[in-house]
Amino acid sequence: MIESYIPIFLIIGVAAIFGVVSVNMSWLLGPQRPYREKQSTYESGVDPVSTAHYRFSVKYYMVALSFIIFDIEVVFMYPWAVRFRELGWPGFVVMLVFVVVLAVGFIYELKKGALRWD
Amino acid sequence: MNQLLTDTLHTAPIMGTIVLALVVILINAMKKDSLALEYWVSLIGIAANIGLAVWAFPLRGSAFAGTVMTGGFASLTAAVFLVAAGLTIILSRAYIEKIGVNFGEFFHLILMGAAGMMTFAAGTDLVVTFVGLELMSICLYALAGISRRVHKSNEAALKYFLLGAFASGFFLYGIALIYGMTGTTNILGIAQNIAAYKSEPLFLVGAGLLLVGFAFKIGAVPFHMWVPDVYEGSPTVVSAFMSTGAKAAAFAALLLVFTATFDFIHSSMNTVLSVLAVASMLVGNIVAISQTNVKRMLAYSSIGHAGYMLIGITAGGDVSMAGVLFYLISYMFTNLGAFGVASIIENAEQQGTDLENFRGLYYRRPLLAVLMGVFMFSLVGIPPLAGFFGKYYIFVAAIENGYTWLTIVGVITSMISVYYYLRVVVLMFFQAPEEAEAPQVTSGGTIALLVSAFGILLVGLFPSIVLGWMGGLF
Amino acid sequence: MYQYVGLIVLFPLIGLFINGFFGRKIKNETLVGMIGSAAVGLSFLVAAGIFVEMLGMPEDGRSHVVTLFTWIAAGSFKVSAAYQIDQLSILMTLVVTGVGFLIHVYSIGYMHGDRGFWRFFTYLNLFIFAMLNLVLADNYLLMFLGWEGVGLCSYLLIGFWYDKKFPGTGITWTGDAANKAFWVNRIGDFAFMIGMFLIFREFGSLTFREVMGGAETLAVGNNTMFWITLLLFIGATGKSAQIPLFIWLPDAMAGPTPVSALIHAATMVTAGVYMVARNSALYALAPTTMMIVAIVGALTAIMAASIGIAQNDIKKVLAYSTVSQLGYMFLALGVGAFTAGIFHVMTHAFFKACLFLGSGSVIHAMHEEQDIRHMGGLKKVMPKTYWTFLISSFAIAGFPPLSGFFSKDEILWKAFSDGSLVLWIIGASAALMTAFYMFRMVTLTFEGEPRWAKDKHPHESPATMTIPLIVLAGLAILGGFVGIPAVLGGGNAIEHWLHPVFAQAHHTMALSEHSSHTTEYLMMGISVVIAVTGFWFGRRMFLADPEADKRIAAKTGFLYRLLSNKYYVDEIYNGSVVRPLVRTSESFLYRVFDVRIIDGAVNGLAKTTGWVSAMMRYVQTGVVQNYAALVVLGLVVVLGLLIFS
Repeated sequence: MIESYIPIFLIIGVAAIFGVVSVNMSWLLGPQRPYREKQSTYESGVDPVSTAHYRFSVKYYMVALSFIIFDIEVVFMYPWAVRFRELGWPGFVVMLVFVVVLAVGFIYELKKGALRWD
Repeated sequence: MNQLLTDTLHTAPIMGTIVLALVVILINAMKKDSLALEYWVSLIGIAANIGLAVWAFPLRGSAFAGTVMTGGFASLTAAVFLVAAGLTIILSRAYIEKIGVNFGEFFHLILMGAAGMMTFAAGTDLVVTFVGLELMSICLYALAGISRRVHKSNEAALKYFLLGAFASGFFLYGIALIYGMTGTTNILGIAQNIAAYKSEPLFLVGAGLLLVGFAFKIGAVPFHMWVPDVYEGSPTVVSAFMSTGAKAAAFAALLLVFTATFDFIHSSMNTVLSVLAVASMLVGNIVAISQTNVKRMLAYSSIGHAGYMLIGITAGGDVSMAGVLFYLISYMFTNLGAFGVASIIENAEQQGTDLENFRGLYYRRPLLAVLMGVFMFSLVGIPPLAGFFGKYYIFVAAIENGYTWLTIVGVITSMISVYYYLRVVVLMFFQAPEEAEAPQVTSGGTIALLVSAFGILLVGLFPSIVLGWMGGLF
Repeated sequence: MYQYVGLIVLFPLIGLFINGFFGRKIKNETLVGMIGSAAVGLSFLVAAGIFVEMLGMPEDGRSHVVTLFTWIAAGSFKVSAAYQIDQLSILMTLVVTGVGFLIHVYSIGYMHGDRGFWRFFTYLNLFIFAMLNLVLADNYLLMFLGWEGVGLCSYLLIGFWYDKKFPGTGITWTGDAANKAFWVNRIGDFAFMIGMFLIFREFGSLTFREVMGGAETLAVGNNTMFWITLLLFIGATGKSAQIPLFIWLPDAMAGPTPVSALIHAATMVTAGVYMVARNSALYALAPTTMMIVAIVGALTAIMAASIGIAQNDIKKVLAYSTVSQLGYMFLALGVGAFTAGIFHVMTHAFFKACLFLGSGSVIHAMHEEQDIRHMGGLKKVMPKTYWTFLISSFAIAGFPPLSGFFSKDEILWKAFSDGSLVLWIIGASAALMTAFYMFRMVTLTFEGEPRWAKDKHPHESPATMTIPLIVLAGLAILGGFVGIPAVLGGGNAIEHWLHPVFAQAHHTMALSEHSSHTTEYLMMGISVVIAVTGFWFGRRMFLADPEADKRIAAKTGFLYRLLSNKYYVDEIYNGSVVRPLVRTSESFLYRVFDVRIIDGAVNGLAKTTGWVSAMMRYVQTGVVQNYAALVVLGLVVVLGLLIFS
């Protein structure tokens, strides 16, 4: 049983090694000439002031959330579209239900004005 | 196509509740100031769905390729969640107006949460169980924080969400390990070869992670830390729904997976379960003593009750499983009632549920005090109230299966619990009336509380009828 | 029809709820009374319907069990709320509902104007409900529920006028009398309960049918049966006021008179008799217990009758007469004459209810005067009360052909033929005393010159009170005809009717056939002579001189004082049991054991628990990271236990 996981362990190992090696390679090989401006947070010279916990407008989140939802929808739709013929009518109905449920959410979002920017 | 239709029909209570929740949210989107309409649609819809659950009761079997259970156990638990949702909605009508969160989304979230609970308790495939768990939990996270302007509520929502996500991670990881070991996520499929896996460390780790996920949701020690903070911070009606519906759902699923399907009797799993049970009973009941806030006290008491029910899970066997289900039903009515009274006592700033606020309640609102008395006595487990028979059946089953020591711990902690439950009664009835305004009681609230009290009495007076429904469920 | 037995129990329950919840709101007394009475009346009609139906059934097919629902089920222990209809229970049901109905109607008149009118009817309905459960139950547990229920009602109703003074030994208020009744009954109930546990251990069931079925295989003289029957009998001595637990009944007269009639004379106190009869098959297996029952019954009969001679309170006389008559019933049970015992229960219910209601009518007329030395000459002012009272007195004294004659004679005859001569002599002496004190009372109350104060104006009671009296007097005359013995050419219908119920017991005891008819005639003759003698002395002595008591007291000295002070039983109990108990409990149990040891331990434990609780609160830091850390810790523990245990 456990043997079948060997490829996975191999991949994990390769990934770890790749990550560690590639990050450290640049540090090892690259030239390093540190000075004050270079070490500041923003090389443009702007001083970071006030807290990093900055409050963004909720509108950004709304868009982000909508994006994720429809992104996931597409993720579901691709495999269905690939196997459309085999799944037949039952597959179609199930997909329809899925889309309708999402549509209800979308209608709610629209009506509540979540996507109105101003 | 026909198969799809049949499956949908047989899982009608779940499907119906989801449709109902969608209808409510659509009304909310399309129509302004439609709270009353949504309220009535929700209630009528719930009644109809309870009807569907009763109709589906004889249709024992499974649907959707063996991933969801139908009829019997699923119907019974569905009805329990629907009743809890209905009573919560009735109680919340006046409450959410009082605390200024009278959004129709509130009802939608309760209904969707109930649908999640049903799925959670009916899933016979671990993936479906997980989907149900998440559907339920996400609704509850949102509900816990629905009172946006109150810090405590925000804090509760965030804590609940963070720790809940943490626990869900364990749950999912457990499923993954079990799948890796057995090659299936269907619990019946897993159960077929359970004897072979029972001593496999990897499978045990998977099952242990799964158990941690469950233990978190039922609020068993040491996975209980969120319970007091969340129950206290959330709007009271939400606490009521969480402590009854969510807990009942987690217990039903735990019962289905660990006791009814996986044969863990006489394995190390039993040791773990009994340790959790003892820890929950002790911590829940002892810490409840030093609470001064009734919501917080009820939170600790609910941890203690989780301990009693875990005795039933540990003991196994038909009698004990019926006992746990019985306990869930009686606990549902009792705790909804107790939190309901607290929600009426509470003021608009979501404060005023300290023990002090109950002083002399009998002289201001006699009916409310009497009902609270009934709920407290049922929680203590005084016959002929429902709470007594719940404990009684679990203890009897535990003794019959050789867990006498668990029963002894249970009885001792019940005795400890008498102290803090009766303190509320003493304050309400025997202490000088406080110079305070009588809380506003609406007819809806009264009806919901009366239904709860009536349910307690009915279940307590005719326990064998309720047990009769459970005959041969497993 | 018998399927509807639930209705018999349901109607009083409905009445109870209506009057209990809305009685205070219903301002109309008559309506409250009507609801209460109708509830019992309807039960009686249903019971009568079932009785008629049973008459049409074959003799051995008259016993049915109707299960309403499963009450408690846990493992092998299963108890249903089920009612058993058979010849015995239907007879008792008819008596309870029939006499109960009449007393309800009577109470409408008697309790008129009482501030607790609705409360009274609520309690009465509750009583009927509990009593019917006791009588109809098909198992010991339900019977016990009824048994406790009637005890509770008795308590509530004795103390009904809770703020009224009531003098007695160690008693000042009616509430004290109620407490006394409750406590004394508790002693009996405790024995009943242990008996019930023993039965469950022995037979593994609590239903009468299964227990009696199990008893069939047991041998006579079985040791366990001795203890079971003895414990049940101790329970019966509590409820049915037998030696040594009879002391509560005379003080129970503190309650309103209809209560005395219904509970403390006609129905509840016969519960013990019924219970023993119901368990006849078990008693038949324990001859020693049977002997104890017979002896206790006979001694109670004569002791109470002798006390009755020297009492002056009209209700006290009747109370002791009740104790004495109950003694007869146990005498009958003890010699195996179960039918005779039940027969006497029935006739006694008729004439004693009539006597009590009559005394209530007198007390009502005399404005709460109860001392018969201050009465006299009431014959003229209240003729209906007088005649019904007189008829019932003849009945209780055993004048043929009134009901009391047949039932009492049957008992005495069985005591002689199946028991012993000594038992018969005791019974016959008690009968003589009964006739004497009854007619002493009748004479002092109704005959001679009035001895009451001038400002009193006695009057006949209203129709709601007199009609039940007349009906009951009629029953006191006719009630005996169902049990005319064969020797007098009667069919002894009641014996045939009850025969299947007691067949098993009779079979076990294998009673021999009776002696010659000549002896039976002779005994009957002696009974009649005794009754007439008692009547003649009682009437003559007190008609000539209402103060004859004083003369007798002067002549007999100590003996009379002994009787009028009820053999000092209350004082003896107080001195030997109650006071030492109270003293021990105050000086040792309370001051030392309770306060120091128990409270100390409990408070210490509570303090420790409280401290632990306060400490454990600190774990609840409120910081999410800590919570998560604990979850992980818990996970480690869970996995560790899973894998390594």
